[in-house]
Amino acid sequence: MRNVLRHLLRSPAGLIGAVIVVAFVLIALLAPIIVPFDPLQLNLRGRLTPPTWSLLDRYSMGADQLGRDILSRIVVGSRITLAVAAIAVLVGGTIGILLGLCAGYFGGWADRIIMRLADIQLSVPLMLFALIVIAALGASLPNLIAVLALTGWTRYARVVRGEVLSLREREFVLMARAAGARGARILWWHILPNVMTAAIVVATLELARVVILESALSFLGLGVQPPDASWGRMLADGRGYIASAWWLSTFPGIAIVLVVLGVNLLGDWMRDFFDPKLVGSR
Amino acid sequence: MRSYVLTRCIEALVAVWGVLTIVFIAARLTGDPAILMLPTGASPTQIAELRHELGLDRPLWDQYAIFIADAVRGDFGVSFQHHKPALDVVLERFPATVRLALSALVLGTALGLGTGMIAALKRGTMIEVAAMTLALLGQATPVFWLGIVLILVFAVQLQWLPAAGSETFAHLVLPATTLALFISAAIARLLRSSMIEVLKEDYVRTAWAKGLAPHIVYLRHAARAALTSVLTMLGIITGELLGGAVIVETIFSWPGVGRTVVQAIDVKDFTVVQAAVALVSTVFVIVNLAVDLLYGVVDPRVRVER
Repeated sequence: MRNVLRHLLRSPAGLIGAVIVVAFVLIALLAPIIVPFDPLQLNLRGRLTPPTWSLLDRYSMGADQLGRDILSRIVVGSRITLAVAAIAVLVGGTIGILLGLCAGYFGGWADRIIMRLADIQLSVPLMLFALIVIAALGASLPNLIAVLALTGWTRYARVVRGEVLSLREREFVLMARAAGARGARILWWHILPNVMTAAIVVATLELARVVILESALSFLGLGVQPPDASWGRMLADGRGYIASAWWLSTFPGIAIVLVVLGVNLLGDWMRDFFDPKLVGSR
Repeated sequence: MRSYVLTRCIEALVAVWGVLTIVFIAARLTGDPAILMLPTGASPTQIAELRHELGLDRPLWDQYAIFIADAVRGDFGVSFQHHKPALDVVLERFPATVRLALSALVLGTALGLGTGMIAALKRGTMIEVAAMTLALLGQATPVFWLGIVLILVFAVQLQWLPAAGSETFAHLVLPATTLALFISAAIARLLRSSMIEVLKEDYVRTAWAKGLAPHIVYLRHAARAALTSVLTMLGIITGELLGGAVIVETIFSWPGVGRTVVQAIDVKDFTVVQAAVALVSTVFVIVNLAVDLLYGVVDPRVRVER
Protein backbone atom coordinates (compact mmCIF):
# COMPACT_ATOMS: atom_id res chain seq x y z
CA MET A 1 0.00 0.00 0.00
CA ARG A 2 2.81 2.42 0.89
CA ASN A 3 4.52 1.46 -2.29
CA VAL A 4 1.39 2.33 -4.27
CA LEU A 5 1.12 5.73 -2.59
CA ARG A 6 4.77 6.52 -3.21
CA HIS A 7 4.36 5.66 -6.88
CA LEU A 8 1.21 7.74 -7.09
CA LEU A 9 2.93 10.75 -5.58
CA ARG A 10 5.54 10.56 -8.31
CA SER A 11 2.98 10.60 -11.13
CA PRO A 12 1.46 14.08 -11.49
CA ALA A 13 -1.35 12.89 -13.77
CA GLY A 14 -2.33 10.01 -11.49
CA LEU A 15 -2.17 12.26 -8.44
CA ILE A 16 -4.40 14.92 -10.01
CA GLY A 17 -6.86 12.17 -10.96
CA ALA A 18 -6.86 10.72 -7.45
CA VAL A 19 -7.38 14.15 -5.86
CA ILE A 20 -10.31 14.95 -8.17
CA VAL A 21 -11.95 11.56 -7.59
CA VAL A 22 -11.53 11.71 -3.81
CA ALA A 23 -12.84 15.28 -3.76
CA PHE A 24 -16.01 14.36 -5.67
CA VAL A 25 -16.59 11.22 -3.60
CA LEU A 26 -16.33 13.35 -0.44
CA ILE A 27 -18.71 15.93 -1.89
CA ALA A 28 -21.21 13.18 -2.71
CA LEU A 29 -20.91 11.53 0.72
CA LEU A 30 -21.12 14.79 2.66
CA ALA A 31 -23.70 16.41 0.36
CA PRO A 32 -26.49 16.70 2.97
CA ILE A 33 -24.09 18.47 5.35
CA ILE A 34 -22.20 20.72 2.97
CA VAL A 35 -24.97 21.63 0.54
CA PRO A 36 -25.21 25.43 0.87
CA PHE A 37 -28.93 25.85 0.09
CA ASP A 38 -32.02 23.74 -0.50
CA PRO A 39 -31.58 22.44 -4.06
CA LEU A 40 -35.33 22.02 -4.59
CA GLN A 41 -36.45 25.39 -3.22
CA LEU A 42 -38.13 27.40 -5.97
CA ASN A 43 -37.81 31.16 -6.13
CA LEU A 44 -39.55 32.56 -9.16
CA ARG A 45 -38.40 36.10 -8.48
CA GLY A 46 -34.79 34.97 -8.53
CA ARG A 47 -35.09 32.90 -11.69
CA LEU A 48 -32.06 33.02 -14.00
CA THR A 49 -30.07 35.16 -11.56
CA PRO A 50 -26.49 35.39 -12.86
CA PRO A 51 -23.66 33.93 -10.75
CA THR A 52 -22.58 36.04 -7.78
CA TRP A 53 -19.24 34.18 -7.63
CA SER A 54 -19.29 34.26 -3.85
CA LEU A 55 -19.63 30.90 -2.09
CA LEU A 56 -21.37 32.53 0.87
CA ASP A 57 -24.23 33.98 -1.15
CA ARG A 58 -27.08 32.12 -2.65
CA TYR A 59 -26.63 31.77 -6.44
CA SER A 60 -22.82 31.66 -6.39
CA MET A 61 -23.14 29.78 -9.68
CA GLY A 62 -26.41 31.43 -10.62
CA ALA A 63 -30.02 30.31 -10.52
CA ASP A 64 -31.89 28.10 -12.95
CA GLN A 65 -35.16 28.77 -14.75
CA LEU A 66 -37.10 28.10 -11.53
CA GLY A 67 -34.80 30.06 -9.26
CA ARG A 68 -33.10 27.00 -7.76
CA ASP A 69 -29.49 27.38 -6.63
CA ILE A 70 -27.26 25.74 -9.25
CA LEU A 71 -24.31 25.02 -6.95
CA SER A 72 -26.58 23.22 -4.49
CA ARG A 73 -28.10 21.22 -7.33
CA ILE A 74 -24.65 20.23 -8.56
CA VAL A 75 -23.61 19.14 -5.06
CA VAL A 76 -26.73 17.02 -4.59
CA GLY A 77 -26.58 15.84 -8.21
CA SER A 78 -23.14 14.37 -7.53
CA ARG A 79 -24.83 11.77 -5.30
CA ILE A 80 -27.13 10.54 -8.04
CA THR A 81 -24.48 10.66 -10.74
CA LEU A 82 -21.86 8.83 -8.67
CA ALA A 83 -24.26 6.37 -7.02
CA VAL A 84 -25.78 5.37 -10.36
CA ALA A 85 -22.30 4.95 -11.85
CA ALA A 86 -20.99 2.98 -8.87
CA ILE A 87 -23.93 0.56 -8.77
CA ALA A 88 -23.83 0.08 -12.53
CA VAL A 89 -20.10 -0.67 -12.44
CA LEU A 90 -20.53 -3.09 -9.52
CA VAL A 91 -23.36 -5.01 -11.18
CA GLY A 92 -21.77 -4.98 -14.63
CA GLY A 93 -18.42 -5.94 -13.13
CA THR A 94 -19.83 -8.86 -11.17
CA ILE A 95 -21.62 -10.28 -14.22
CA GLY A 96 -18.60 -9.70 -16.43
CA ILE A 97 -16.10 -11.22 -14.01
CA LEU A 98 -18.25 -14.33 -13.41
CA LEU A 99 -18.80 -14.91 -17.11
CA GLY A 100 -15.14 -14.21 -17.86
CA LEU A 101 -14.09 -16.75 -15.22
CA CYS A 102 -16.38 -19.41 -16.65
CA ALA A 103 -15.33 -18.72 -20.23
CA GLY A 104 -11.64 -18.80 -19.42
CA TYR A 105 -11.63 -21.72 -17.02
CA PHE A 106 -14.08 -24.14 -18.56
CA GLY A 107 -13.35 -23.26 -22.18
CA GLY A 108 -15.17 -25.23 -24.87
CA TRP A 109 -18.86 -24.53 -25.27
CA ALA A 110 -19.15 -22.19 -22.29
CA ASP A 111 -16.33 -20.08 -23.69
CA ARG A 112 -17.76 -20.05 -27.20
CA ILE A 113 -21.27 -19.11 -26.11
CA ILE A 114 -20.19 -16.40 -23.67
CA MET A 115 -17.75 -14.77 -26.05
CA ARG A 116 -20.22 -14.94 -28.94
CA LEU A 117 -22.78 -13.27 -26.71
CA ALA A 118 -20.29 -10.50 -26.01
CA ASP A 119 -19.59 -10.09 -29.72
CA ILE A 120 -23.29 -9.90 -30.51
CA GLN A 121 -23.93 -7.30 -27.89
CA LEU A 122 -20.99 -5.27 -29.11
CA SER A 123 -22.43 -5.28 -32.63
CA VAL A 124 -25.10 -2.86 -31.46
CA PRO A 125 -23.49 0.54 -30.85
CA LEU A 126 -23.68 1.21 -27.08
CA MET A 127 -25.87 4.26 -27.34
CA LEU A 128 -28.42 2.49 -29.54
CA PHE A 129 -28.42 -0.55 -27.28
CA ALA A 130 -29.20 1.74 -24.36
CA LEU A 131 -31.92 3.48 -26.37
CA ILE A 132 -33.73 0.30 -27.39
CA VAL A 133 -33.66 -1.11 -23.86
CA ILE A 134 -34.94 2.16 -22.37
CA ALA A 135 -37.57 2.36 -25.10
CA ALA A 136 -38.73 -1.12 -24.13
CA LEU A 137 -38.61 -0.81 -20.35
CA GLY A 138 -39.37 2.88 -19.92
CA ALA A 139 -37.23 5.61 -18.42
CA SER A 140 -36.63 5.25 -14.68
CA LEU A 141 -33.71 5.11 -12.28
CA PRO A 142 -33.61 1.29 -11.88
CA ASN A 143 -33.90 0.81 -15.65
CA LEU A 144 -31.11 3.31 -16.20
CA ILE A 145 -28.84 1.39 -13.85
CA ALA A 146 -29.80 -1.90 -15.51
CA VAL A 147 -28.91 -0.53 -18.95
CA LEU A 148 -25.59 0.88 -17.80
CA ALA A 149 -24.67 -2.42 -16.12
CA LEU A 150 -25.79 -4.45 -19.11
CA THR A 151 -23.68 -2.45 -21.56
CA GLY A 152 -20.55 -2.86 -19.44
CA TRP A 153 -20.07 -6.56 -18.73
CA THR A 154 -18.33 -7.43 -22.02
CA ARG A 155 -15.10 -5.57 -21.23
CA TYR A 156 -14.62 -7.30 -17.89
CA ALA A 157 -15.47 -10.66 -19.40
CA ARG A 158 -12.85 -10.27 -22.12
CA VAL A 159 -10.07 -9.07 -19.85
CA VAL A 160 -10.80 -11.64 -17.11
CA ARG A 161 -11.03 -14.47 -19.63
CA GLY A 162 -7.62 -13.54 -21.01
CA GLU A 163 -6.12 -13.52 -17.53
CA VAL A 164 -7.71 -16.86 -16.60
CA LEU A 165 -6.37 -18.51 -19.74
CA SER A 166 -2.82 -17.76 -18.63
CA LEU A 167 -3.44 -18.56 -14.95
CA ARG A 168 -5.12 -21.88 -15.63
CA GLU A 169 -1.89 -23.67 -16.47
CA ARG A 170 0.22 -22.09 -13.72
CA GLU A 171 1.79 -24.34 -11.09
CA PHE A 172 -0.29 -23.23 -8.14
CA VAL A 173 -3.50 -24.03 -9.98
CA LEU A 174 -2.20 -27.39 -11.13
CA MET A 175 -1.10 -28.12 -7.56
CA ALA A 176 -4.53 -27.28 -6.21
CA ARG A 177 -6.09 -29.54 -8.81
CA ALA A 178 -3.68 -32.34 -8.00
CA ALA A 179 -4.58 -31.93 -4.33
CA GLY A 180 -8.17 -32.69 -5.30
CA ALA A 181 -9.77 -29.23 -5.40
CA ARG A 182 -12.74 -28.93 -7.73
CA GLY A 183 -13.58 -26.27 -10.33
CA ALA A 184 -15.57 -23.85 -8.21
CA ARG A 185 -13.08 -23.99 -5.36
CA ILE A 186 -10.12 -23.37 -7.62
CA LEU A 187 -11.91 -20.51 -9.34
CA TRP A 188 -12.90 -18.85 -6.08
CA TRP A 189 -9.72 -19.30 -4.02
CA HIS A 190 -6.93 -19.46 -6.55
CA ILE A 191 -7.97 -17.72 -9.74
CA LEU A 192 -10.39 -14.96 -8.70
CA PRO A 193 -7.90 -13.16 -6.38
CA ASN A 194 -5.41 -13.06 -9.22
CA VAL A 195 -7.77 -11.51 -11.78
CA MET A 196 -9.12 -8.85 -9.43
CA THR A 197 -6.38 -6.31 -10.16
CA ALA A 198 -7.09 -6.41 -13.87
CA ALA A 199 -10.82 -6.25 -13.19
CA ILE A 200 -10.43 -3.21 -10.93
CA VAL A 201 -8.44 -1.40 -13.60
CA VAL A 202 -11.20 -2.10 -16.12
CA ALA A 203 -13.79 -0.97 -13.56
CA THR A 204 -12.09 2.38 -13.09
CA LEU A 205 -12.00 3.08 -16.81
CA GLU A 206 -15.59 1.83 -17.08
CA LEU A 207 -16.68 4.30 -14.40
CA ALA A 208 -15.79 7.19 -16.69
CA ARG A 209 -17.74 5.67 -19.56
CA VAL A 210 -20.76 5.04 -17.37
CA VAL A 211 -20.81 8.64 -16.06
CA ILE A 212 -20.79 9.94 -19.64
CA LEU A 213 -23.46 7.51 -20.84
CA GLU A 214 -25.68 8.25 -17.83
CA SER A 215 -25.46 11.98 -18.38
CA ALA A 216 -26.08 11.53 -22.10
CA LEU A 217 -29.24 9.47 -21.46
CA SER A 218 -30.41 11.91 -18.80
CA PHE A 219 -29.69 14.71 -21.26
CA LEU A 220 -32.01 13.04 -23.78
CA GLY A 221 -34.65 12.78 -21.05
CA LEU A 222 -34.29 8.98 -20.88
CA GLY A 223 -32.27 8.65 -17.70
CA VAL A 224 -32.72 10.33 -14.34
CA GLN A 225 -36.19 11.81 -14.11
CA PRO A 226 -37.13 15.20 -12.57
CA PRO A 227 -37.17 16.56 -9.92
CA ASP A 228 -34.00 14.53 -9.21
CA ALA A 229 -30.98 16.52 -10.26
CA SER A 230 -28.43 14.64 -12.30
CA TRP A 231 -25.82 16.69 -14.10
CA GLY A 232 -26.92 15.52 -17.53
CA ARG A 233 -30.51 16.42 -16.69
CA MET A 234 -29.46 19.92 -15.55
CA LEU A 235 -27.57 20.42 -18.78
CA ALA A 236 -30.62 19.46 -20.78
CA ASP A 237 -32.79 21.87 -18.80
CA GLY A 238 -30.31 24.68 -19.41
CA ARG A 239 -30.20 24.06 -23.15
CA GLY A 240 -33.18 26.29 -23.85
CA TYR A 241 -31.52 29.20 -22.11
CA ILE A 242 -28.02 29.21 -23.59
CA ALA A 243 -28.61 32.54 -25.33
CA SER A 244 -29.66 34.34 -22.14
CA ALA A 245 -28.28 32.30 -19.22
CA TRP A 246 -25.09 30.43 -20.06
CA TRP A 247 -24.47 29.35 -16.44
CA LEU A 248 -27.35 26.88 -16.48
CA SER A 249 -25.55 24.37 -18.67
CA THR A 250 -21.95 25.46 -18.21
CA PHE A 251 -21.42 24.50 -14.56
CA PRO A 252 -22.97 21.02 -14.67
CA GLY A 253 -20.90 20.45 -17.82
CA ILE A 254 -17.70 21.39 -16.00
CA ALA A 255 -18.65 19.00 -13.18
CA ILE A 256 -19.02 16.12 -15.65
CA VAL A 257 -15.74 16.95 -17.41
CA LEU A 258 -13.88 17.11 -14.08
CA VAL A 259 -15.18 13.79 -12.79
CA VAL A 260 -14.56 11.95 -16.05
CA LEU A 261 -11.12 13.51 -16.38
CA GLY A 262 -10.24 12.53 -12.81
CA VAL A 263 -11.43 8.95 -13.22
CA ASN A 264 -9.64 8.63 -16.57
CA LEU A 265 -6.35 9.95 -15.18
CA LEU A 266 -6.59 7.62 -12.20
CA GLY A 267 -7.55 4.68 -14.41
CA ASP A 268 -4.69 5.29 -16.84
CA TRP A 269 -2.26 5.46 -13.98
CA MET A 270 -3.63 2.29 -12.38
CA ARG A 271 -3.39 0.46 -15.67
CA ASP A 272 0.25 1.47 -16.13
CA PHE A 273 1.08 0.68 -12.53
CA PHE A 274 -0.65 -2.66 -12.03
CA ASP A 275 -0.63 -4.18 -15.43
CA PRO A 276 1.57 -2.92 -18.24
CA LYS A 277 0.11 -5.65 -20.45
CA LEU A 278 -3.22 -3.87 -20.55
CA VAL A 279 -1.78 -0.81 -22.28
CA GLY A 280 -3.82 -0.13 -25.36
CA SER A 281 -6.86 -2.02 -24.18
CA ARG A 282 -8.72 1.23 -24.67
CA MET B 1 -7.00 -16.12 -46.83
CA ARG B 2 -10.18 -17.55 -48.28
CA SER B 3 -11.12 -19.36 -45.10
CA TYR B 4 -10.37 -16.21 -43.10
CA VAL B 5 -12.75 -14.18 -45.26
CA LEU B 6 -15.37 -16.90 -45.03
CA THR B 7 -15.09 -17.18 -41.23
CA ARG B 8 -15.39 -13.44 -40.77
CA CYS B 9 -18.41 -13.28 -43.10
CA ILE B 10 -20.18 -16.03 -41.17
CA GLU B 11 -19.37 -14.30 -37.90
CA ALA B 12 -20.86 -11.08 -39.28
CA LEU B 13 -24.04 -12.94 -40.27
CA VAL B 14 -24.30 -14.40 -36.77
CA ALA B 15 -23.87 -10.90 -35.37
CA VAL B 16 -26.71 -9.53 -37.52
CA TRP B 17 -28.92 -12.43 -36.41
CA GLY B 18 -27.99 -11.59 -32.82
CA VAL B 19 -28.91 -7.96 -33.36
CA LEU B 20 -32.32 -8.96 -34.72
CA THR B 21 -32.81 -11.22 -31.71
CA ILE B 22 -32.01 -8.34 -29.35
CA VAL B 23 -34.54 -6.19 -31.23
CA PHE B 24 -37.15 -8.97 -30.97
CA ILE B 25 -36.61 -9.35 -27.22
CA ALA B 26 -36.82 -5.59 -26.76
CA ALA B 27 -40.00 -5.51 -28.84
CA ARG B 28 -41.64 -8.16 -26.64
CA LEU B 29 -40.51 -6.42 -23.45
CA THR B 30 -42.25 -3.25 -24.58
CA GLY B 31 -45.66 -4.63 -23.73
CA ASP B 32 -48.59 -5.74 -25.82
CA PRO B 33 -48.29 -3.98 -29.21
CA ALA B 34 -52.01 -4.45 -29.80
CA ILE B 35 -52.90 -2.38 -26.75
CA LEU B 36 -50.31 0.23 -27.70
CA MET B 37 -51.63 0.52 -31.25
CA LEU B 38 -55.32 0.75 -30.44
CA PRO B 39 -56.85 3.90 -29.01
CA THR B 40 -57.52 3.77 -25.27
CA GLY B 41 -60.88 2.25 -24.43
CA ALA B 42 -60.79 -0.33 -27.21
CA SER B 43 -63.00 -3.31 -26.46
CA PRO B 44 -61.46 -6.71 -25.55
CA THR B 45 -62.75 -8.16 -28.82
CA GLN B 46 -61.00 -5.45 -30.83
CA ILE B 47 -57.78 -6.16 -28.94
CA ALA B 48 -58.17 -9.89 -29.51
CA GLU B 49 -58.79 -9.32 -33.22
CA LEU B 50 -55.71 -7.16 -33.62
CA ARG B 51 -53.64 -9.61 -31.59
CA HIS B 52 -54.73 -12.36 -33.98
CA GLU B 53 -53.99 -10.18 -36.99
CA LEU B 54 -50.48 -9.40 -35.68
CA GLY B 55 -49.88 -13.06 -34.85
CA LEU B 56 -49.49 -12.31 -31.14
CA ASP B 57 -51.73 -15.23 -30.15
CA ARG B 58 -49.23 -17.71 -31.55
CA PRO B 59 -46.46 -19.37 -29.54
CA LEU B 60 -43.47 -17.13 -28.87
CA TRP B 61 -41.24 -19.35 -30.98
CA ASP B 62 -43.48 -18.85 -34.03
CA GLN B 63 -43.55 -15.11 -33.42
CA TYR B 64 -39.78 -15.11 -33.34
CA ALA B 65 -39.51 -17.01 -36.62
CA ILE B 66 -42.01 -14.67 -38.27
CA PHE B 67 -40.20 -11.63 -36.91
CA ILE B 68 -36.83 -12.77 -38.27
CA ALA B 69 -38.33 -13.69 -41.64
CA ASP B 70 -40.02 -10.28 -41.90
CA ALA B 71 -36.95 -8.40 -40.69
CA VAL B 72 -34.74 -10.06 -43.30
CA ARG B 73 -37.17 -8.79 -45.92
CA GLY B 74 -36.98 -5.32 -44.35
CA ASP B 75 -40.43 -5.44 -42.80
CA PHE B 76 -40.41 -4.07 -39.26
CA GLY B 77 -44.06 -3.07 -39.20
CA VAL B 78 -45.72 0.26 -39.82
CA SER B 79 -44.94 3.50 -38.02
CA PHE B 80 -48.21 4.80 -36.63
CA GLN B 81 -46.75 8.29 -36.44
CA HIS B 82 -45.66 8.51 -40.08
CA HIS B 83 -48.24 6.09 -41.55
CA LYS B 84 -45.68 4.16 -43.58
CA PRO B 85 -43.30 1.23 -43.15
CA ALA B 86 -40.89 1.87 -40.28
CA LEU B 87 -37.83 0.96 -42.32
CA ASP B 88 -38.78 3.55 -44.96
CA VAL B 89 -38.95 6.23 -42.28
CA VAL B 90 -35.47 5.29 -41.12
CA LEU B 91 -34.02 4.96 -44.62
CA GLU B 92 -35.24 8.45 -45.51
CA ARG B 93 -33.23 9.88 -42.61
CA PHE B 94 -30.22 7.68 -43.19
CA PRO B 95 -28.38 9.81 -45.81
CA ALA B 96 -28.33 12.80 -43.44
CA THR B 97 -26.70 10.68 -40.74
CA VAL B 98 -24.16 9.28 -43.19
CA ARG B 99 -23.29 12.79 -44.36
CA LEU B 100 -22.78 13.94 -40.79
CA ALA B 101 -20.82 10.86 -39.72
CA LEU B 102 -18.54 10.85 -42.77
CA SER B 103 -17.73 14.56 -42.45
CA ALA B 104 -16.96 14.04 -38.78
CA LEU B 105 -14.85 10.98 -39.55
CA VAL B 106 -12.69 12.82 -42.09
CA LEU B 107 -12.30 15.94 -39.98
CA GLY B 108 -11.83 14.04 -36.72
CA THR B 109 -9.25 11.66 -38.17
CA ALA B 110 -7.27 14.56 -39.64
CA LEU B 111 -7.36 16.41 -36.31
CA GLY B 112 -6.50 13.33 -34.28
CA LEU B 113 -3.68 12.24 -36.57
CA GLY B 114 -2.19 15.75 -36.63
CA THR B 115 -2.31 16.14 -32.86
CA GLY B 116 -1.04 12.63 -32.20
CA MET B 117 1.87 12.95 -34.65
CA ILE B 118 2.97 16.31 -33.29
CA ALA B 119 2.82 14.97 -29.75
CA ALA B 120 4.92 11.92 -30.68
CA LEU B 121 7.51 13.92 -32.60
CA LYS B 122 7.85 16.64 -29.99
CA ARG B 123 8.30 14.20 -27.14
CA GLY B 124 9.22 15.69 -23.79
CA THR B 125 8.40 19.26 -24.81
CA MET B 126 5.63 21.58 -23.73
CA ILE B 127 4.00 21.00 -27.12
CA GLU B 128 3.48 17.32 -26.25
CA VAL B 129 2.10 18.21 -22.83
CA ALA B 130 -0.28 20.74 -24.36
CA ALA B 131 -1.47 18.38 -27.11
CA MET B 132 -2.04 15.50 -24.71
CA THR B 133 -3.79 17.69 -22.14
CA LEU B 134 -6.14 18.80 -24.90
CA ALA B 135 -6.74 15.18 -25.90
CA LEU B 136 -7.43 14.16 -22.29
CA LEU B 137 -9.86 17.02 -21.85
CA GLY B 138 -11.45 16.10 -25.17
CA GLN B 139 -11.98 12.53 -23.99
CA ALA B 140 -13.58 13.73 -20.77
CA THR B 141 -15.94 16.18 -22.46
CA PRO B 142 -19.40 14.78 -23.11
CA VAL B 143 -20.40 15.32 -26.71
CA PHE B 144 -23.66 17.07 -25.79
CA TRP B 145 -21.87 19.64 -23.68
CA LEU B 146 -19.34 20.26 -26.43
CA GLY B 147 -22.24 20.88 -28.82
CA ILE B 148 -23.89 23.33 -26.47
CA VAL B 149 -20.65 25.23 -25.90
CA LEU B 150 -20.03 25.47 -29.65
CA ILE B 151 -23.57 26.77 -30.16
CA LEU B 152 -23.03 29.29 -27.39
CA VAL B 153 -19.80 30.58 -28.92
CA PHE B 154 -20.30 30.34 -32.67
CA ALA B 155 -24.06 30.65 -33.08
CA VAL B 156 -25.16 32.82 -30.17
CA GLN B 157 -22.17 35.08 -29.43
CA LEU B 158 -20.33 35.38 -32.74
CA GLN B 159 -23.33 34.53 -34.94
CA TRP B 160 -21.05 33.00 -37.57
CA LEU B 161 -22.90 29.73 -38.04
CA PRO B 162 -26.46 28.47 -37.73
CA ALA B 163 -27.27 26.34 -34.65
CA ALA B 164 -30.04 24.22 -36.12
CA GLY B 165 -31.25 22.83 -39.44
CA SER B 166 -29.61 21.16 -42.42
CA GLU B 167 -30.35 23.27 -45.49
CA THR B 168 -26.87 24.53 -46.42
CA PHE B 169 -23.25 23.56 -45.95
CA ALA B 170 -22.97 26.09 -43.13
CA HIS B 171 -25.51 24.02 -41.19
CA LEU B 172 -23.20 21.02 -41.35
CA VAL B 173 -20.18 22.80 -39.84
CA LEU B 174 -21.11 22.87 -36.16
CA PRO B 175 -22.57 19.35 -35.81
CA ALA B 176 -19.74 17.81 -37.83
CA THR B 177 -17.12 19.69 -35.79
CA THR B 178 -18.72 18.59 -32.53
CA LEU B 179 -18.68 14.96 -33.56
CA ALA B 180 -15.17 15.28 -35.02
CA LEU B 181 -13.71 16.74 -31.83
CA PHE B 182 -15.44 13.94 -29.93
CA ILE B 183 -13.61 11.19 -31.83
CA SER B 184 -10.31 13.00 -32.46
CA ALA B 185 -9.17 12.86 -28.82
CA ALA B 186 -9.08 9.07 -28.75
CA ILE B 187 -7.35 8.90 -32.15
CA ALA B 188 -4.71 11.40 -31.02
CA ARG B 189 -3.89 9.40 -27.89
CA LEU B 190 -3.70 6.11 -29.77
CA LEU B 191 -1.60 7.50 -32.62
CA ARG B 192 0.86 9.11 -30.22
CA SER B 193 1.52 5.88 -28.34
CA SER B 194 1.83 3.75 -31.47
CA MET B 195 4.09 6.34 -33.15
CA ILE B 196 6.37 6.30 -30.11
CA GLU B 197 6.54 2.50 -30.37
CA VAL B 198 7.22 2.56 -34.10
CA LEU B 199 9.95 5.19 -33.80
CA LYS B 200 11.91 2.70 -31.66
CA GLU B 201 11.85 0.03 -34.39
CA ASP B 202 14.97 -1.12 -36.16
CA TYR B 203 13.81 -0.16 -39.62
CA VAL B 204 13.26 3.42 -38.50
CA ARG B 205 16.80 3.49 -37.17
CA THR B 206 17.98 2.10 -40.52
CA ALA B 207 16.10 4.87 -42.30
CA TRP B 208 17.86 7.45 -40.16
CA ALA B 209 21.21 5.77 -40.76
CA LYS B 210 20.63 5.97 -44.50
CA GLY B 211 20.57 9.72 -44.03
CA LEU B 212 16.96 10.19 -45.15
CA ALA B 213 15.32 13.55 -44.54
CA PRO B 214 13.24 13.70 -41.32
CA HIS B 215 9.94 14.23 -43.09
CA ILE B 216 10.49 11.11 -45.19
CA VAL B 217 11.33 9.00 -42.13
CA TYR B 218 8.35 10.30 -40.21
CA LEU B 219 5.75 10.24 -42.93
CA ARG B 220 6.80 7.33 -45.10
CA HIS B 221 8.24 4.93 -42.54
CA ALA B 222 6.78 5.66 -39.15
CA ALA B 223 3.37 7.14 -39.87
CA ARG B 224 2.44 4.35 -42.26
CA ALA B 225 3.02 1.71 -39.61
CA ALA B 226 1.23 3.72 -36.96
CA LEU B 227 -1.77 4.14 -39.26
CA THR B 228 -2.47 0.39 -39.23
CA SER B 229 -3.10 0.60 -35.50
CA VAL B 230 -5.56 3.41 -36.12
CA LEU B 231 -7.24 1.25 -38.76
CA THR B 232 -7.99 -1.40 -36.15
CA MET B 233 -9.64 1.31 -34.13
CA LEU B 234 -11.90 2.35 -37.00
CA GLY B 235 -14.56 -0.14 -35.92
CA ILE B 236 -14.74 1.34 -32.43
CA ILE B 237 -14.71 4.87 -33.87
CA THR B 238 -17.66 4.03 -36.11
CA GLY B 239 -19.60 2.85 -33.08
CA GLU B 240 -18.81 6.10 -31.26
CA LEU B 241 -19.80 8.10 -34.34
CA LEU B 242 -23.14 6.34 -34.70
CA GLY B 243 -23.87 6.69 -30.98
CA GLY B 244 -22.62 10.27 -30.81
CA ALA B 245 -24.75 11.12 -33.84
CA VAL B 246 -27.89 10.41 -31.79
CA ILE B 247 -26.99 13.24 -29.41
CA VAL B 248 -25.47 15.63 -31.92
CA GLU B 249 -28.48 15.31 -34.21
CA THR B 250 -30.81 16.02 -31.29
CA ILE B 251 -28.89 19.14 -30.22
CA PHE B 252 -28.56 20.59 -33.72
CA SER B 253 -31.98 19.47 -35.02
CA TRP B 254 -30.20 17.48 -37.72
CA PRO B 255 -32.78 15.35 -39.55
CA GLY B 256 -30.95 12.04 -39.21
CA VAL B 257 -31.70 8.58 -37.83
CA GLY B 258 -30.56 9.43 -34.30
CA ARG B 259 -32.97 12.32 -33.83
CA THR B 260 -35.75 10.22 -35.35
CA VAL B 261 -35.11 7.44 -32.81
CA VAL B 262 -35.23 9.84 -29.85
CA GLN B 263 -38.45 11.39 -31.15
CA ALA B 264 -39.93 7.95 -31.77
CA ILE B 265 -39.19 6.90 -28.17
CA ASP B 266 -40.95 10.04 -26.93
CA VAL B 267 -44.18 9.17 -28.75
CA LYS B 268 -43.81 5.38 -28.27
CA ASP B 269 -43.47 4.70 -32.00
CA PHE B 270 -41.52 1.51 -31.31
CA THR B 271 -41.45 0.06 -34.82
CA VAL B 272 -39.26 2.99 -35.88
CA VAL B 273 -36.90 2.44 -32.92
CA GLN B 274 -36.60 -1.23 -33.81
CA ALA B 275 -36.02 -0.62 -37.50
CA ALA B 276 -33.43 2.06 -36.73
CA VAL B 277 -31.48 -0.07 -34.26
CA ALA B 278 -31.52 -3.01 -36.69
CA LEU B 279 -30.37 -0.89 -39.64
CA VAL B 280 -27.66 1.06 -37.84
CA SER B 281 -26.29 -2.05 -36.13
CA THR B 282 -26.19 -3.92 -39.43
CA VAL B 283 -24.22 -1.06 -40.95
CA PHE B 284 -21.94 -1.18 -37.92
CA VAL B 285 -21.38 -4.92 -38.38
CA ILE B 286 -20.58 -4.41 -42.07
CA VAL B 287 -18.08 -1.63 -41.30
CA ASN B 288 -16.37 -3.87 -38.75
CA LEU B 289 -16.27 -6.72 -41.25
CA ALA B 290 -14.76 -4.43 -43.88
CA VAL B 291 -12.14 -3.18 -41.41
CA ASP B 292 -11.16 -6.73 -40.46
CA LEU B 293 -10.86 -7.83 -44.07
CA LEU B 294 -8.88 -4.71 -44.95
CA TYR B 295 -6.63 -5.33 -42.00
CA GLY B 296 -6.02 -8.83 -43.26
CA VAL B 297 -4.82 -7.31 -46.53
CA VAL B 298 -2.60 -4.71 -44.85
CA ASP B 299 -1.11 -7.02 -42.23
CA PRO B 300 -0.49 -10.59 -43.43
CA ARG B 301 0.15 -11.84 -39.89
CA VAL B 302 -3.57 -11.63 -39.14
CA ARG B 303 -4.43 -14.21 -41.79
CA VAL B 304 -1.81 -16.69 -40.63
CA GLU B 305 -2.89 -16.54 -37.01
CA ARG B 306 -6.39 -17.59 -37.85
